[in-house]
Amino acid sequence: MDWQALTVSLQLAVFTCLLLIPLGLWVGRMLATRQFRGKALCEAAVALPLVMPPTVLGFYLMLSFGVDAPFGALWQRLTGSGLNFTFSGILLASLVVNLPFAVQPIQRAFEGVPNNVREAAWCCGLSPWRTFTRIELPLVWPGLVSALALTFAHTLGEFGVILMVGGSIDGETRTLAISIYDRVQAFDEAGAGIMSAILLAVSFVTIGVVYGLARRGRGLRV
Amino acid sequence: MSDPGRQSSPPGLDVRLHQPGPIPLAADFRCAPGELLALVGPSGGGKTTLLRAIAGLYRPSGGHIRCAGETWFDAEGGVCLNPQRRRIGLVFQDYALFPHLTAQANVMAAMGHVPRAERAVRAARWLAQVRLEGLESRYPAALSGGQRQRVAVARALAREPRALLLDEPFSAVDQVTRRRLQRELAQLREVIDMPILLVTHDLEEAAALADRLCVLHAGETLQSGPAEALFRRPASPQVARLLDKHNVFRGRALCDAKGQGYLQWGPYRLEAELPASVESGAEIDWYIPPSDVVLHRRERPSRGERENPVHGRVSELIVLGGIAQVTLSFDHTRDSLRFEIATHAARRNGLARGERVSVSLLASGVHIMQRQD
Repeated sequence: MDWQALTVSLQLAVFTCLLLIPLGLWVGRMLATRQFRGKALCEAAVALPLVMPPTVLGFYLMLSFGVDAPFGALWQRLTGSGLNFTFSGILLASLVVNLPFAVQPIQRAFEGVPNNVREAAWCCGLSPWRTFTRIELPLVWPGLVSALALTFAHTLGEFGVILMVGGSIDGETRTLAISIYDRVQAFDEAGAGIMSAILLAVSFVTIGVVYGLARRGRGLRV
Repeated sequence: MSDPGRQSSPPGLDVRLHQPGPIPLAADFRCAPGELLALVGPSGGGKTTLLRAIAGLYRPSGGHIRCAGETWFDAEGGVCLNPQRRRIGLVFQDYALFPHLTAQANVMAAMGHVPRAERAVRAARWLAQVRLEGLESRYPAALSGGQRQRVAVARALAREPRALLLDEPFSAVDQVTRRRLQRELAQLREVIDMPILLVTHDLEEAAALADRLCVLHAGETLQSGPAEALFRRPASPQVARLLDKHNVFRGRALCDAKGQGYLQWGPYRLEAELPASVESGAEIDWYIPPSDVVLHRRERPSRGERENPVHGRVSELIVLGGIAQVTLSFDHTRDSLRFEIATHAARRNGLARGERVSVSLLASGVHIMQRQD
């Protein structure tokens, strides 16, 4: 059992959720409530990781993370280290890959909040921020929980992009999914089986817990 | 902090808005404290847009909105207060209650101006005011349509607004509940003293509840006044049509040597009071309320029959319970005249389709409208 790989996977999933959910809230709400030029293009860009082969996405990310590419060079200048084959690199890649899993459920949830409920809150004297925290956020709670569950579970299982960007460096970029692949390559089926079962259990429990929370949130309104 | 919007202006709500598009507006009306003004007109006539502009949810390009001495909107002065600063109570058509909050929490949400410790007690009091005692802890999903409407009214009043805006508040409930809620609104008016604007397309409702009606079409206020005055004296054929008034005809104004005014309608010379602005010989439109059309009895002619008698043929007779709606057509015009009589009176007079009958058009009811074109 590769405990370090499990730790890397969990760290990656937690950091991805922590960074992506606030971003998903902002982007999802904007896409749901505002009309602007290029909105369809934005939605397409958000959904792109869903339809792109992970290796292709990983390949482009690997190129743009390189020190020869503008983004990779900027990162190098700001932090003093590169992105490819580092935890920061796979975290950034994970943020890109999981964007649709975080944004789309939140966007759908915001679309389900009638505009006049928002306006009623303003007429009640609630500021836009108070309207967001007291009215909108509780109403989009199930969508938020779905986004959290999908992002967490998808990050735990992500393989292609992580392998392309991070390789398989022990304690740094080797996640549980990559470790399972390595064990299978080394004909260690027993090890791969144990880790697969753990990944399955962690994913199942996580999704169970968050969906349970979402149900409790919904139950309060009846 | 001094309020930049505060300035001296008459109490009540003063609205003058205009813009060429995208939603045309040419509205000009006032609503005094304690007065209920109904904005009536067809769907898409700009009623809800006006309400949204007053609430600060829509920004027109020209005009002003003043309320209780404050300027909420002034296009020229660049003033446009946001909805939070307007202290408005708005009851949405579908109530727009917060579905995740109880009835009491919905009302408390509008009490940002009240000390936190007092909110629950005062919210319960507002709910009691609208007869919802015992339902404070219910969520909107567990309330009936009428109860939701009451929560929405309580929430709007809990804001202690300077004006109350009601956007078709009775349209989403059944007939029985509607009547009850209308009665409750009439009772509520006795304890609140602020301008109330009611948007409705139900003319009966407007006439029953409002002190004055304001007729709107394509965002333009065509006429304002008490219901009875509007129904008897519409300003134009368009207003008459919008108020569902049928008896609009074309004629010619005439004046005899003594200065007595007449109305020439085909072969008929009708007594009528001509407005001073109408010249003899001018083409005019005229209207007669159905209540001022008197059927001549076949068996027992009376002296009243000498007043503006006209003769026509019954082209339609529709019995609606105890009331029969009679439509008369004439030889000289394609326009028809409608009036209502008791069904038993229609039977007694042998009214039937195709029958020739005579009616009197009471001179006091004939209303002359100067033609605009």
